[in-house]
Amino acid sequence: MADVIQLRNVSKTFGEVRALHDVNFEVHSNEIVGLLGDNGAGKSTLTKIITGYHQPDPGGELHWKGERIDHLSVQKARDLGIEVVYQERALADKQSLWRNIFLGREMSNKWGVLDIAGMKSETRKLMQTVMGFTSSAITADSMVRTFSGGERQGVAITRALYFEAELVLLDEPTMGLSLTETKKCLDFVNEIKNTGKSAIFIDHNIFHVYPVADRIVVLDRGTIAGQFMKNELTLQELIDRLYLVAQTGSLAEKGEVR
Amino acid sequence: MSSTEQAARPLSQTAQRGPLARFARTYSLQIGIVFVAIVIWLLFLAGSPQTFLSRNIYAAFMSSTPYFALMAIPLTLVVITGEIDLSFPSVMAFGMTAFDIVFTATGSVMLGFIACLLAGMLAGYLNGVLVVKIGMPSLVATIGTQFFWRGAVMVITNGQGLGMGAVQKSILYPGLVHRIGGFVPMQFIWTIIFAVVVWFFLNRHKFGAHVFLTGDNVESAKLMGVNVGRTKTLTFVIVGFAAAFAGFVVSEDLLFFWPTMGDGYMLNTLASVFLGGTSVFGGMGTVFGTFVACFIIGAINAGIVAAGMTGFWTNLIYGFIIVVSVSIQTILGKRLR
Ligand SMILES: Nc1ncnc2c1ncn2[C@@H]1O[C@H](COP(=O)(O)OP(=O)(O)OP(=O)(O)O)[C@@H](O)[C@H]1O
Ligand SMILES: [Mg+2]
Repeated sequence: MADVIQLRNVSKTFGEVRALHDVNFEVHSNEIVGLLGDNGAGKSTLTKIITGYHQPDPGGELHWKGERIDHLSVQKARDLGIEVVYQERALADKQSLWRNIFLGREMSNKWGVLDIAGMKSETRKLMQTVMGFTSSAITADSMVRTFSGGERQGVAITRALYFEAELVLLDEPTMGLSLTETKKCLDFVNEIKNTGKSAIFIDHNIFHVYPVADRIVVLDRGTIAGQFMKNELTLQELIDRLYLVAQTGSLAEKGEVR
Repeated sequence: MSSTEQAARPLSQTAQRGPLARFARTYSLQIGIVFVAIVIWLLFLAGSPQTFLSRNIYAAFMSSTPYFALMAIPLTLVVITGEIDLSFPSVMAFGMTAFDIVFTATGSVMLGFIACLLAGMLAGYLNGVLVVKIGMPSLVATIGTQFFWRGAVMVITNGQGLGMGAVQKSILYPGLVHRIGGFVPMQFIWTIIFAVVVWFFLNRHKFGAHVFLTGDNVESAKLMGVNVGRTKTLTFVIVGFAAAFAGFVVSEDLLFFWPTMGDGYMLNTLASVFLGGTSVFGGMGTVFGTFVACFIIGAINAGIVAAGMTGFWTNLIYGFIIVVSVSIQTILGKRLR
């Protein structure tokens, strides 16, 4: 299977902290990769390298569909078709819902004049269809600051899906969501799979990750501790191995070679 | 009643309270400032009817308020991005120093005017570099450049002013400070033009969208690919441009350039921005609010003079306005949070 994105020998250092160490990682076309790992393992850092927000340390390489990308910026990543739901949600609290949906890629003509009517009507459409906002107090002009935690996440998720990306990165999208909202979010991930797109799905709850992922990658203290296809392993085996990683830093059982 | 009808009911109820309530909420800041303006005007009218019923005060008003309104309007952009610029009073004089040099060398008012505007933009760009590239807090960076440019002006001019009589023959004289019908000064028209243009870019252009996003949450803006550095730098450049423009207008109107020009513009300009409802915390603000607030500040100044109070009162009152309007913003902001 062809790779959508491939990271080669990617490291990322923040001052003294080495968040990623020599990571080799790829997402195949039409594949859902579940990315697991402890707090501080480097999952979000990996996400932000793929979205062009962080640059890898010198020596690391990024390849998009087999082609080397020299300097990936957020803008370029987006043009390639990479969308993301950041763990921190990346919303602008004092701005309206429609401004948040189109944050950083406002609809405009070639002189940069905004198409406000267009953005508002798209937002209204999304509110009725994908977001399913039940509170009548919310309009396209509502300030995001007044939204509930789940609604805010809904905004971030909707925004990532609206632009129909090739590769969607979801960094703990279900955090703080109700059961129904979580199910909707997981349905979205399945939908990504069904439409032939790819995704990286980060979640601390393996009961969320396991059912939707094709392959599971475990990150531990900045390195890839191991990975396997879902069909190689039952959920119980996965849980056992994750405990093992926490203790030994490796996914492989003793004597196993990977 | 079907369940969909039930679900739809709260919606239509809000719709009924509808347009007017929504308008009031959306434009609460603007409505508030207009209300304040009217109250103050009525107070002055009651207190000093002779002065405030005469045409003269409004003529004076329209000619002197633009001196700082021309800067307060673009400064609104900088404040919305969450930064501040305190260097503009010196940049007024720095722009005019560039005019002085070029005009003295070439004898061309137009070339001098262009040099003036370019110098202002350069000074603004430097502020942008200090804040964006070096990462200095804008408060400190622009206090530094405020003294730096004032010093540069004094060193270059040796403290000597420049008579602007020659400007009267240039098209820039009728273009910038002519009194239309002997009453409405051109600088007032330019202030309206500035307000409309800045309003347009703030509210109807990508640049303005990015100004709001940068000031609201700089991290979110960066994560979503907004070029925060470029946006901030551009706002500083615009203020630099406006300060130089205002400096030229003032000098031309008074037909003299004093190297100390700009002293005395700091407080009224800042007070206009904050009184106009632009948040010191960034992410919120309106050009309309600043525009109206400029005229409130101008009226207060006129009122102080008309009441026969000394100029010492102006600083007291402007300072008071800044503290009170920012306090109100802070308290309202906390309530919302
Ligand atoms: N901008 C930054 N500056 C300095 N250190 C950082 C920065 N971003 C991340 N780190 C550090 O890098 C390491 C990895 O962080 P990262 O956010 O990638 O972890 P994570 O796997 O997403 O954790 P979590 O599950 O808690 O979200 C941590 O030690 C963190 O402190
Ligand atoms: Mg994380």
